[in-house]
Amino acid sequence: MLKGLFRNLGAAITGRKLDEALLEEWEEQLVMGDVSLNTTEYLLNQLREAARKGDAASDEDARHSLQSIVVDVLDGAGDSDGQTALRFAPEGLTVWLFVGVNGVGKTTTIGKLARRMAREGHRPLLVAGDTFRAAATEQLQEWGRRADCPVIAQQQGADPAAVVYDGIAAAKSRGRDLVMIDTAGRLHTKSNLMNELAKIARVVERETGRPPEETLLVIDASTGQNGLTQARSFTGSAPLSGLILTKWDGTAKGGIVLTIAHETGLPVKLLGVGETLDDICDFDAKEWTQTMFS
Amino acid sequence: MLSNLSQKLSQTFAKLRGKGRVSEADVDAAMREVRLALLEADVNFKIVKEFVAKVRERAVGVEVLESLSPDQQVIAIVRDELQQLLGGSRHRLNWSSQPPTVILLAGLQGTGKTTTCAKLAGLLKREGKKPLLVACDIYRPGAILQLQTVGEQIGAPVFEMGTAPPPQIAREALKYAREHAHDVVILDTAGRLHVDEAMMAEVRQVHDVAKPDEVLLALDAMTGQDAVNAAQAFHDTIPLTGVILTKLDGDARGGAILSVRAVTGVPVKFVGLGEKLDAIEPFFPDRMAGRILGMGDVLSLIEKAEHAFTEKQAVHMEAKLREGNFDLEDFLSQLQEVRKMGPLENILGMIPGMNKMVPQGGAGLSVDEKHLGRVEAIIRSMTPKERRDPELINGSRKRRIAAGSGTSVQDVNRLLGQFRDMRKMLRQMSAMASGKVRMPRGFNPMARMR
Repeated sequence: MLKGLFRNLGAAITGRKLDEALLEEWEEQLVMGDVSLNTTEYLLNQLREAARKGDAASDEDARHSLQSIVVDVLDGAGDSDGQTALRFAPEGLTVWLFVGVNGVGKTTTIGKLARRMAREGHRPLLVAGDTFRAAATEQLQEWGRRADCPVIAQQQGADPAAVVYDGIAAAKSRGRDLVMIDTAGRLHTKSNLMNELAKIARVVERETGRPPEETLLVIDASTGQNGLTQARSFTGSAPLSGLILTKWDGTAKGGIVLTIAHETGLPVKLLGVGETLDDICDFDAKEWTQTMFS
Repeated sequence: MLSNLSQKLSQTFAKLRGKGRVSEADVDAAMREVRLALLEADVNFKIVKEFVAKVRERAVGVEVLESLSPDQQVIAIVRDELQQLLGGSRHRLNWSSQPPTVILLAGLQGTGKTTTCAKLAGLLKREGKKPLLVACDIYRPGAILQLQTVGEQIGAPVFEMGTAPPPQIAREALKYAREHAHDVVILDTAGRLHVDEAMMAEVRQVHDVAKPDEVLLALDAMTGQDAVNAAQAFHDTIPLTGVILTKLDGDARGGAILSVRAVTGVPVKFVGLGEKLDAIEPFFPDRMAGRILGMGDVLSLIEKAEHAFTEKQAVHMEAKLREGNFDLEDFLSQLQEVRKMGPLENILGMIPGMNKMVPQGGAGLSVDEKHLGRVEAIIRSMTPKERRDPELINGSRKRRIAAGSGTSVQDVNRLLGQFRDMRKMLRQMSAMASGKVRMPRGFNPMARMR
């Protein structure tokens, strides 16, 4: 009560009190973009703070302030230098592991990224670690053909960790420098499948002497609040290094990644925007934020 | 993290006991919690607004009944309204008077259409139908092969024409179905974004050619706020007749289904509960309401238990409990009954409060099926006399049991300790059933068995 009074007083002196209707509108935009209530509240409190300091003199200023607060959350989640670029091993083989629940677009993302990496001069090799879903291997092999990258696979039902072992061995003998591992979609509530993931990560570490350079959680832009639970659970089995937001070309904003960045500090690294080979781009926090409020 | 809505509401109303009437301020406080619960469950923002207004209207001025506490009354209203919004129960599939009946599945990418098609075909086969699966997804690499593989697993033929235009595939498939006496045709279409005009026009064409009796939208239970937009666009393009809610075996609360119901008004016909091809069940609005509110799926659990336990066993067990002479024989038969109910992780998810404990990787809660096998082996290595009177089991008996079951004396000790705990708890439970003791918070009968 008293605190509120001081805040209002402060606003009257230095800045101004934010228009409650405007705050409500932004709250609605954020929540409807799948940002959690908790994160929304945090952002709006930061905005009130900014307004108190006089950084929200007009509605337009307030909007800019809010957007830069959002960008700060997203950027703050990256490496200390704010870089969200994909990481490579200092020398030797680089391994990237792609994980996520069913149907988020892991295989498609790997296909697109493989082509891009090949173009940038890397020599990728794809590993069909999804030995469960029918035809998952064939799907990856088709992407491998399109991206002109070799694909290491075994038959359906094989132990994924064994496929990964094969893949790393093949990469070493064929002189490939980047191994991208596809994994079966798994709900984070299935402990046996999560243990399987931990085993894959262990095999990578044993065979290359380092954990995967990137363990990326693929998140579908239409995902709701469950996304945060996914991030927390997956990181428990295979420590995540970042997120990939897919299917961003629809009307879904994918605000759950803002919540994940806010709550867990995981940066968003890539954005999937379609089904063709070139539909993948680096995540740009500013652009993403503008879309969130459009 | 939001805990159980019913707990929150009982806190909100704790100070209210003894009052005669629920005041507006009380209701406002309660409605804040309801709003939070629904938004956390991914119900669309606008639908939450309307919903809360409706509940509020009903809740204000409600007399506090002797039998129900105010929080229970508000929950009853919320559940009521939720169930109404979720629609009536058990909607059957529409059948064509002239076979074949055509079912078209559509949806966004990755919602589980192909898997669901196979599940549906399996379900219909068990009902004596002769389904034909049709591969209309000509875009996603491996989509046809995937349908063929799952089709083979359930024993339903798959009609495909490679990458021919989907409307043409649909036309030829219907012809093929008539010639080969298939009475159900299930069209698996490509996943598409609702804003992709060309792709939406294509599914419209398939729809026009096939004239489906059922147009089902596959909706991922993890979908967030955007479900309204997608559902609306699909409904506008190909009028939906039903929804199948997929991936409900996870811990998502599935509030998106409310959004879709509110936008389209079509019933939910089935839910998908896993990657196995028989993991499909009818939809029960009452249970879904409980799940969205974070109140567990007690009813499903009860029904599953009913399936597994015969009534006679139940009566017998109840008598045992009442008399307090539950022994290891009963423990063993209970264990077997529980395992009959399906994978334990599925069952745990249905217990209220449990779904809140699973998210953290499930590590603390996962029940190892192998461990249950070990428990069974230990009990089976005991003599009938020992099972009836575990107090008999001394050091040398323990060594014999451990050797017989391939376990260690420590394992036997642990089991006996757990059994003692469990017996104590069961006594409390039977007291609870007669209304003497309140259910403890975080009550977890399974944890005792680990």
